[in-house]
Amino acid sequence: MILEVRDLTKTFGGLKAIEEVSFRVRHGIILSIIGPNGAGKTTLFNCLTGILPPTKGRILFENEDISKKKAYEISAGGIARTFQNIRVFGSMSVLENVMIGQHSRSREGLFTAILGTGRFIREEDEIRSKALEYLEFAGIRDYADTLAENLPYGDRKRLEIARALAAEPRLLLLDEPAAGMNPQETLELMDLINRIREWGKTVIIIEHDMKVVMGISDWIIVLDHGVKIAEGTPGEIQNNPYVIEAYLGKEEVF
Amino acid sequence: MLWCALLSMPFMGIKGGAYLFVGLCVTYSVFILLTHTFGKIRKPVIPANTTLLTVLLIIPAVAFPLLAGDYYTDVAVLAGIYIILALGVNVVIGFSGLLHLGFAAFYGLGAYSNALLTTVFGLGFWSALPLTLVLTSIAGFLLAFPALRLRGDYLAIVTLGFGEIIRLVLNNWDSVTRGPNGISNIPAPFIAGFELGGLIFYYYLVSGFVFIAAFVVKRVHRSRTGRAWLAIREDETAAEAMGINTRKYKFMALSFGAFWAGLAGALFASKMHFVSPESFTFMESVFIVCMIILGGIASVPGVIFGSLILVFLPEVLREFQLYRMLALGAGLVLMMIFRPEGLVKKGYKHDS
Repeated sequence: MILEVRDLTKTFGGLKAIEEVSFRVRHGIILSIIGPNGAGKTTLFNCLTGILPPTKGRILFENEDISKKKAYEISAGGIARTFQNIRVFGSMSVLENVMIGQHSRSREGLFTAILGTGRFIREEDEIRSKALEYLEFAGIRDYADTLAENLPYGDRKRLEIARALAAEPRLLLLDEPAAGMNPQETLELMDLINRIREWGKTVIIIEHDMKVVMGISDWIIVLDHGVKIAEGTPGEIQNNPYVIEAYLGKEEVF
Repeated sequence: MLWCALLSMPFMGIKGGAYLFVGLCVTYSVFILLTHTFGKIRKPVIPANTTLLTVLLIIPAVAFPLLAGDYYTDVAVLAGIYIILALGVNVVIGFSGLLHLGFAAFYGLGAYSNALLTTVFGLGFWSALPLTLVLTSIAGFLLAFPALRLRGDYLAIVTLGFGEIIRLVLNNWDSVTRGPNGISNIPAPFIAGFELGGLIFYYYLVSGFVFIAAFVVKRVHRSRTGRAWLAIREDETAAEAMGINTRKYKFMALSFGAFWAGLAGALFASKMHFVSPESFTFMESVFIVCMIILGGIASVPGVIFGSLILVFLPEVLREFQLYRMLALGAGLVLMMIFRPEGLVKKGYKHDS
């Protein structure tokens, strides 16, 4: 188990965004979290990555409780993510964006930078060449010197993935990676996610596009109104009456 | 450069002052060029003619005080002090995106600690300087505590308040700061036992510090620390999610920025031989922010350029008396409309 969530609850005032959600994630799989809008999927991601502190419950990442940790510690500890509403660093170059991903994998500070020591220069070179590799992997190396805000929409999503990969995570969280993509881009994205898995990383995605969800997931968790209503393989989920009800509404018999 | 020419166009007819102004821009671009050349982390092969150009530009910069006369040398010294100050503010506002409107306070702290250390405690300029720098850096660090939780406009208000508090303390703590009377008889620096109080000496001293400041800030900009600051400016949540300890880096930015403000303050006190709270008002903070916005926010050459223009232009336009500030204001408004990114565009080309 790479990740284990136990009775996770997150409330905003009186609103229960997530209620006692528990699940386990095996190493090296692609897990999809699905559910209608407002089901608490993104809130769950925010809790997992430390952006929001959970109200109750435990999150064990590689058997270590991370529920009290800060976002940057979690990122350094091996969980990286992308955002639903793309959050690339717009006025920085594509390459710099990915170089920032390497932040917690490098250590040189202010003074070595000012002095320009050999160690500093070596580390910068290493960060740069690694960043270029991740850009290559995501298929956007040609844009390295472009400003991130000038990238087309689909490539900005790729950039976010490249940036998250540059943090060298063992668990990668993707929040609606296929949203707004055309069918061709979606296919390329599925290929990219599969390649990330083949690389030995565990991937959790939130996704509405059922072609993607059913096409690449090993396991699916369904949330509705903050509660986990089902989990299983893609085949099981497709035929689960609760899931159908949550998505399509209850069948009325007159 | 074109825009600078355009801005100064209407005034070109006035005396030799305008010519001098243009000449100065060229001279000071030595520093810009120098930092461009040496500020790079990876040194690419410098084309021979660039080196030649740099050398050719050093000569007028060195010769400037000998040719320009006392008045403009005096203005150049002031411009240099403002460049250092603006570079510090640029770290906080330009790089890290923390809208700080009380930077005159750090400038004032630097000036006053230099003044007090030299007059009351009898230290020399050089021994007082490190203490001053440490002191202002600590002040920057301390202000970061309340400022950390705030973003955008809220931060601006808090820092504005901080600036006023420092000014009021300087104004009212009579027993230490001598209140509105200020502190006078601040000694000039000594080098090897000689008092170096001449204007020309200050010109070279300040120029040296301008070069160091530009060099250091430029290097830090293109380092892991600089990237972390930029990331915080762009998107704090995403920066945090990418493993950046945003608290730590905000502390660093404020201390680092205050450090340069302290240096500028110390030079100011030593140059004027006199400090009073009037020099560190809110308008001063606004003036510095104008410099970095005019020149090009987050760009080191831009900030240098902006400071030069905002210091020299009012001097050159002195003939218009009251209208000069009006012209300056109109110029700034026009800039914001037609070229909001500042005179010098950010260069995002990578060194490699």
